[in-house]
Amino acid sequence: MTRIDAFDRKLIEATQAGLPLVPSPFAVLAEEVGSTEEHVLSRFKALQMQGVLRRIAAAPNHYALGMSANGMTVWDVDDDQVSQLGAKIGALSFVTHCYLRPRARPAWPYNLFAMVHGATRDEVESKRAEISVLLGDACRASDILYSTRILKKTGLRISTGGS
Amino acid sequence: MANKLKAEHIELDEIDRHLINRLQDGLPLVSTPFETIAAELGVTQKDVCDRIERLLAARILTRFGPFYDAAAMGGAFCLCAMAVPEQSFERVTEIVNSHIEVAHNYARDHVLNMWFVMATESAEQIEAVARKIESETGLSVLLFPKLEEYFVGFRVAA
Repeated sequence: MTRIDAFDRKLIEATQAGLPLVPSPFAVLAEEVGSTEEHVLSRFKALQMQGVLRRIAAAPNHYALGMSANGMTVWDVDDDQVSQLGAKIGALSFVTHCYLRPRARPAWPYNLFAMVHGATRDEVESKRAEISVLLGDACRASDILYSTRILKKTGLRISTGGS
Repeated sequence: MANKLKAEHIELDEIDRHLINRLQDGLPLVSTPFETIAAELGVTQKDVCDRIERLLAARILTRFGPFYDAAAMGGAFCLCAMAVPEQSFERVTEIVNSHIEVAHNYARDHVLNMWFVMATESAEQIEAVARKIESETGLSVLLFPKLEEYFVGFRVAA
């Protein structure tokens, strides 16, 4: 687990809603947090090295871009092969998230979760079939769960002031 | 809430589409991070910023900025699922959503028909909130913490 010091926490809190949309955003941010552009950039680089910062990027709205079908595909994959196969599934261009999770038998026999997006359910199904081919005999059972409604969606936030 | 998630219909030109695709790759940690993209698109850095602002306002983009791994910051995350009887679905939704630790919540077509993500400062808190939801709803909460992540990143073609 990584320790985040007070300054890093301040940086994270100041940018949770986003980065200033100006040609020199880190200089503006530095002013906000009472530091220099150079120091802000060096802290961000350190956070990226630690894996705390993944990247500076944009998150597209899948629905607005015509990717309105999303299915959570779930697979019961042989424990000895799941890491190697999971890496392959995670590398597929249409898979947004791919995780190994514990099973909850008997209700839930699946250990590999791969989120698949597509324009239509047919497209999602054909992508699911591609995953099935890749997993081959290592997979004993699978299912797909379509989202029918978004019940809540808020950004993930770290609490302010805590440590 | 529904309206907040809804995108506006705006015309996207070629530059917008290219920008949406490129922005998913990530920007460099340099003083002028838009410089390379602007040069590629043949527009000014200010124009890149203005376009991002417009795409955010129209909710074509949901967020622009640093993406953090909350688990790496010392927080805990957990995917949770419940099997909720249809007749109490609205009541249970209200109870689950009332917890600030619940970040996303989706209805899905399965016996386990409610799936949500919890974010807390520690693993113990995940367990505590789950037990609280169980006592409030009388239903079990299954916990599916991530054991491994196969992360490559994802692009939606605009």
